[in-house]
Amino acid sequence: MSKKNAMKWTRKHLLGIEELSVEEVNLILDQAANFKEVLSRPIPKVPALRGKTIVNLFCEASTRTRSSFELAAKRLSADTLSIAASSSSFVKGETLRDTAQNIEAMKIDMIIMRHSCSGAPWFLSKHVDAAIINAGDGSHEHPTQALLDTFTIKEKLGKIKGLNVSIIGDIAHSRVARSNIWALTKLGANVTVCGPKTLIPAQIEKMGVKVTYNIAGAIKGADVLNVLRIQMERQKKALFPSIREYTKIFGINTERLNKYAKNDIVIMHPGPINRGVELSQDVADGEYSVILEQVTNGVAVRMAVLFLLNHTKQSSGVK
Amino acid sequence: MNLEIKAKVLDEKGIKRTLQRISHEILEKNQDVGTLAIVGIRTRGAYLAERIAENIQQIEGKEVPVGALDITLYRDDLTEVSEQPVIRSTEIEFDLNGKQIILVDDVLYTGRTVRCALDELIDFGRPANIRLAVLIDRGHREFPIRPDYVGKNIPTAKQESVEVRLKETDDAEEVNVLA
Repeated sequence: MSKKNAMKWTRKHLLGIEELSVEEVNLILDQAANFKEVLSRPIPKVPALRGKTIVNLFCEASTRTRSSFELAAKRLSADTLSIAASSSSFVKGETLRDTAQNIEAMKIDMIIMRHSCSGAPWFLSKHVDAAIINAGDGSHEHPTQALLDTFTIKEKLGKIKGLNVSIIGDIAHSRVARSNIWALTKLGANVTVCGPKTLIPAQIEKMGVKVTYNIAGAIKGADVLNVLRIQMERQKKALFPSIREYTKIFGINTERLNKYAKNDIVIMHPGPINRGVELSQDVADGEYSVILEQVTNGVAVRMAVLFLLNHTKQSSGVK
Repeated sequence: MNLEIKAKVLDEKGIKRTLQRISHEILEKNQDVGTLAIVGIRTRGAYLAERIAENIQQIEGKEVPVGALDITLYRDDLTEVSEQPVIRSTEIEFDLNGKQIILVDDVLYTGRTVRCALDELIDFGRPANIRLAVLIDRGHREFPIRPDYVGKNIPTAKQESVEVRLKETDDAEEVNVLA
């Protein structure tokens, strides 16, 4: 609260959680709480980013993240422009760099981007002057998802430090898992990952997490279960025998929770849910689920990110 | 820029008496205490608002709703300020519609902060009226805004600065002119 411990945000881009300091993560989470209050007002809109133009450049499908960013920008009075890869010049063969530089020539301030290639936002940040926000790059990072997940945990349980958080599912292909692991371990949580062996990357322990292949072990003692989506599109590679078998061994259902879970366990999912696969119907809609609160908090967290980045861009004096 | 204290214009007793007078004036002009609400501008205006509400409670025996406003997101100089603005919480937990709002700040200077606060307040609803109460009016208005309740008028030069220190934030109770 006081000016003394007010931490300064100096980054121009938000590319990943890995590079952030604990103070930077906490600053975003603290600020997000105040933006959440804005969303509860009769007129949930403030003039802070009036005159700024923010581009959503999504080269991969998305409903939640794209609409969440778009709403966050609109709640701050910025103008927004959405470009979906399928209906843009990408299909004519224009490169990412050319597309971005052309958009930038139209005088925009920030680019929110999602791309199937890990590192694409880093690449772009070297070639354009606009602030870049990573909204998911390949299986690398999805920083705002991790921020909204930690924000939701903090809101529910009052802290992060010392909590036991289990992340369950396809860890290998999940940018959500990676960003969450960075954020949670930085803030002092004990993170366990759980899934079929083929979906747990080798040497993931080096990120500071425990590994278990036993779902009971992942549920026991956990304060939070973050259940990841089984990416059906990857099932072509046959990384596990069948969806049915996955559900049988790793699916989260009421029976398993009753048997192993703490009373006040928090169930999270980044969406979209495959109902009846990684999460049973009744758990997804049940009393422990905070899935829709995650979505609400996502807008607040993204408002905080846009506001912080906008200021660095201005004060750095670039254009 | 290190400014030194040129004059102490209010001490602890002075601040207390001034706020008491303002509270009485507010009651004198607003017979209907039931529709009154006090909203302070963060940081120090919010504490002054709480104190005024306490005074009113003691005088009238009625509790009036109190709110706090952080005006950062409404600032007109967001594109110019060099330091990173920090958003603090805004707490308006009552229905503003039809209320008589007393907006409270510590120092009235250019009037720009009050402009932000007015814009923000009306995004919460449609109050019956909004009046402005300030502990110090130091002049140099840049907007057509005037206070309805003034603790003390202090003529200042533009390069001078007025420092309000309150127990809640500063471990002191005083108002100084710095030059």
